[in-house]
Amino acid sequence: MSVDTKIAFDQEYIKAYSEKRQEPKWMAALRLKALEKSENLPMPKPDKTKIDKWNFTSFKHDVAGEAISSLEDLPEDVRDLVAKDQESGNLLVHRNSTPVFSQLSNELKEQGVIFTDIQTALQNHGDLVEKYFMKDVMKVDENRLTAVHAALLNSGTFLYVPRNVEIEVPIQALYWQEDPEAGLFNHVIIVAEDNSSVTYVENFLSYGHDVESVANIIAEVHVGQNARVTFGSVDNLAKGVTTYVNRRANVARDGKVDWALAQMNDGNTVSTNTTHLIGDGSYADSKTVTIGRGSQSQNFTNQIFHHGQNSEGVLLVHGVQKDSASAIFNGVTKIEHGAKKSNGEQTQRVLMMNEKARGDANPILLIDEDDVMAGHAASVGKVDPVQLYYLQSRGISRQEAERLIIHGFLAPVINELPIEGVRKRAVEVTEGKVN
Amino acid sequence: MAASTLKIENLHVSIEGKEIIKGLNLEINGGEIHAVMGPNGTGKSTLASAIMGHPKYEITEGSVFLDNEDVLEMEVDERAKAGLFLAMQYPSEVSGVTNADFLRSAINARREEGDEISLMKFIKKLDGKMAELDMGEEFAQRYLNEGFSGGEKKRNEILQLMMLEPKIAVLDEIDSGLDIDALKVVSKGVNAMRNESFGCLIITHYQRLLNYITPDKVHVMMQGRIVKSGGAELAQRLEAEGYDWIKEELGIKDETVGQEA
Repeated sequence: MSVDTKIAFDQEYIKAYSEKRQEPKWMAALRLKALEKSENLPMPKPDKTKIDKWNFTSFKHDVAGEAISSLEDLPEDVRDLVAKDQESGNLLVHRNSTPVFSQLSNELKEQGVIFTDIQTALQNHGDLVEKYFMKDVMKVDENRLTAVHAALLNSGTFLYVPRNVEIEVPIQALYWQEDPEAGLFNHVIIVAEDNSSVTYVENFLSYGHDVESVANIIAEVHVGQNARVTFGSVDNLAKGVTTYVNRRANVARDGKVDWALAQMNDGNTVSTNTTHLIGDGSYADSKTVTIGRGSQSQNFTNQIFHHGQNSEGVLLVHGVQKDSASAIFNGVTKIEHGAKKSNGEQTQRVLMMNEKARGDANPILLIDEDDVMAGHAASVGKVDPVQLYYLQSRGISRQEAERLIIHGFLAPVINELPIEGVRKRAVEVTEGKVN
Repeated sequence: MAASTLKIENLHVSIEGKEIIKGLNLEINGGEIHAVMGPNGTGKSTLASAIMGHPKYEITEGSVFLDNEDVLEMEVDERAKAGLFLAMQYPSEVSGVTNADFLRSAINARREEGDEISLMKFIKKLDGKMAELDMGEEFAQRYLNEGFSGGEKKRNEILQLMMLEPKIAVLDEIDSGLDIDALKVVSKGVNAMRNESFGCLIITHYQRLLNYITPDKVHVMMQGRIVKSGGAELAQRLEAEGYDWIKEELGIKDETVGQEA
């Protein structure tokens, strides 16, 4: 028996929802078209993970989030996610997809930086959003879930950094799903114009282990010529949430994107992180750490496509699988014809903590150009019983020994994550998952 | 601290169904240093691993008691907390975990929650012991044994011994692969531990180490048993004459395990 993946929302609902959000006409039309398409498009088919029994339909779409008057109103665990230097900085807080706190320094405003929730962006900067919304980076009709995403979009962030503007402090967006049934259709657009630079950090948090919901997340990143975007994320959605997430960037000449992804969801997850190195001399660095636990099933695809000459891509993924968790790690380096002198490197390491845990690493190199460099390393292994014995022989308990080994295994990636807040949070979440 | 006693009686140990140790008796008291010598393949390292609880070794018969506690009933970490220590012949490498963090975890595992060693006190002790062992400061922040040379690993084992201060320590071929200077340093570390409440079992097949650490008792292992015991002079005779005279005396043709006389 396969679960029905058709969503229970009709044209009338979508029309009314778009109107309620005071969206421009093009957005209403785009939603309706997407809804129509979603009915006939196939589901995504992640390599080696069966998702036909996963929940993609049970969730509440339009849940209100109570306003807050200051960050003090947030529960402690949510407030803790706000980086210390962020309290007076550039921060956006969503509660059940509703923006409840928004702050951007005057200095950045004066430089023309836009950092706002997607609803406000659609209202106030509709033309600008239209230029980038699921046009070049993502497409609406890639599969049923991307179409559903466009139809039901209910949350997100628009970050626009004009030419030559360099932002030193990280910009942070927090997506807090207070109601465990609240579905999240989150869309992030980052536009870094030529010669600009910005660091964006996002945190996803939800609770409720036995309540089903859905997160369908897209981030589109436009990296202009010689621009630099550092994108950090700490995904920490609860067990009941099925997550389908795409984070994708197009990088122009001499542009650079750094991904720092701590993928710590407790529910079933399909994650794709993609970079298209379009311009000559463009660069991508993608680092991912993850811990699977319980009975969750996950599929991670990390891929870099080299189009421009002299482009360079580095992928590094470390995953720990505990309990009876399973995960597939696909690393894809694709060097297109004409991308001369490009260099693609990828490393995937998977550590399984016991007999029932499953992990599989698939390094894939697709090279259509002769004059390139490419390399890969992949390893999948069980925790070494002699290593555990060694640690235990010094009086360290089995649990503590496992904790040390997991931290040690993830450390080479965590220590290299380019954003301190993400690094710190990744360690904290790791701590919560190994104890 | 009162002296402890490790008492091994009629120990039989198998690995993958093959019996390696076949009825071994040994008693080590606090204040004593014992050496177990013997050619390769006679079960010496198996004895060390069995005492500590290596997952591959199965105890099929016999007992090991530390004072009144049944060691064989304990998990590996409980054995350590009860006061046992094994300096391993081939220490594991643990990536991503610094030597200092590891040692602190190990020390704190022995202490009650809320009574953890203070960072200052820990660093002071670590610096002191590392200096005694001629270890550079960088060793504290290097990942546990990762990329260490053979000699560095051995020193690191002795560092752990000195930091953890067990009641009874087993040193499994701590001298193999060491040059003479490193051997002296390691010996100095062990000798510094010598006191009435510390008992030690040194497993080696070279007499060389015993020039620097004088044992109270020397035992010779062959075919999975202790076949001869004596004082420090026994080690000297072995150095001078080898093992053949013992084999002859006892009528043993092949001293390795599985080759019964």
